[in-house]
Amino acid sequence: MVKEAIIRTVNLNCYFGSLQVLKNLNLEIYRNEIFGIIGPANSGKTTFLRALNRLNYLSTSYLQSGEIFFANRNLEGISDNILRKKIGIIFALPQVLPVSIYNNIAYGPKVHGITARDTVNQIVEDALKKAYLWDEVKDRLGEPAVKLSGGQQQRLCIARTLAVEPDVILYDEHCSGLDPISTAKIEDAMQQLKENYTQILVTNNTKQAARVSERCAFFLMGELIEIDKTAALFTEPKDKRTDDYITGRFG
Amino acid sequence: MNAAKIRQKIAFSILGLVTLFVVIPILMIIFYIIKNSIGTIGWEFITQAPRNGMKEGGIFPAIIGTIVLVVGTMLFSLPLSVLSAIYLVEYARDNFFTRLIKLSVVNLSGIPSIVYGLFGFTLFVLLLKLGTSILAGSLTLAIMSLPVIITATKEALESVPASFREISLSLGATKWQTVRYCVLPYAIPGILTGTVLSLSRAAGETAPILFTVAAFYLPRLPRTVFDQVMALPYHLYVISTQVPNMPIELSFATCFVLISLVFLMNLVSIILRARFRKRKLW
Repeated sequence: MVKEAIIRTVNLNCYFGSLQVLKNLNLEIYRNEIFGIIGPANSGKTTFLRALNRLNYLSTSYLQSGEIFFANRNLEGISDNILRKKIGIIFALPQVLPVSIYNNIAYGPKVHGITARDTVNQIVEDALKKAYLWDEVKDRLGEPAVKLSGGQQQRLCIARTLAVEPDVILYDEHCSGLDPISTAKIEDAMQQLKENYTQILVTNNTKQAARVSERCAFFLMGELIEIDKTAALFTEPKDKRTDDYITGRFG
Repeated sequence: MNAAKIRQKIAFSILGLVTLFVVIPILMIIFYIIKNSIGTIGWEFITQAPRNGMKEGGIFPAIIGTIVLVVGTMLFSLPLSVLSAIYLVEYARDNFFTRLIKLSVVNLSGIPSIVYGLFGFTLFVLLLKLGTSILAGSLTLAIMSLPVIITATKEALESVPASFREISLSLGATKWQTVRYCVLPYAIPGILTGTVLSLSRAAGETAPILFTVAAFYLPRLPRTVFDQVMALPYHLYVISTQVPNMPIELSFATCFVLISLVFLMNLVSIILRARFRKRKLW
């Protein structure tokens, strides 16, 4: 299989004010892979994710140099709302809107102009099924989403992202607040989503990266230290710092 | 009981007593007004025009005048205030221009109401040739209401969690869709409260309407927005100070009606807030 890069960064530097958070980053992410990013706090993992859908620009002190390509198009040439439809994100804490389960998912299609009742119903059902949540909520779609458990809420967030039909899903330590069973359910869903989506997973949990991802990158202090197939990275890391981190000697 | 606990008891008692002092004046005012107006208030008083040099009859035209002015004020100030607050909170970058606007808003709220009255008179009545009219009066009161509604709306918008905006934007919504669907709906209770508070203040103001709209004695209802009207606070001022041998009961009865009107408006805002709060889920 020829591997096609869906995301490519060229000499990417990111700054918040005078603080450089990412340093000269060059990497490629292939279509339909699960790409893991590990590294200690302040290593620039989240900034990298949020650079991909330009969410960093919500902070007024953010500056960026270098280029990011999405499906061979420079990000500068894509408008924010189209880019973010194509590249969805799941935040660290489950963040649902204070409306019903149904309306949480219907919101995305609505802002993209899909309002026909039948179509939206179908989108909601499909999205919930893909996120492994349908069976648990199908009888109470009208209930407030905030009444769901943390794990259910996070799967609802995944469903909400799926409902706008993205190509890429970014996960920003999305299991950090969840119990092991909820985490397992979400990892199951991620495996199923592999067929149609490119998934980029930032995690503090190296075990999760080892379980789920196919390729993995290790970030440290804003630099890409090592990038390899996950099995290789975890069994025979080439860099001493990677070895130290995954064996738990620091970080 | 040990010493610390006794000290705490004493502190709480003092705080409670002080709070009580806040309640006493308002109770006394209400009691005094009701006591002095009870014989005068009646169906006739609130539905009839004044007669016989305002010494008899009712205050119907003044009630309608005040209501018309409040509605007019709201029509002008609500859209202007809410839209500028949205701009300031959601769109404006932090630069010199923005800081200047914010400073102006703060300063507007410190201007004495008689200054608004003179300003409205020069700008609307004379320069724009609106004459002493409902239009001129409403516009003057609207400008006076701007800072309160803008500040309330800004606070309401700022209290909507940033995460709502991030969710919406991350799904590919535009900035305006985000404000429209994920911010404004949750800010409405705060906006309403601020609006009603400023309107009830506008309803009771005399100075801004003195030269811009208020009629001394006009026992008929307005037909167009270019007519003058009587208004409760000004009528109260007139019958209390300008008309000799005016029965004091009439002043108190007018007081009672004005206070009831303001109270009614506040009640509506409290009920609306309670309704919205029940739906608040975060």
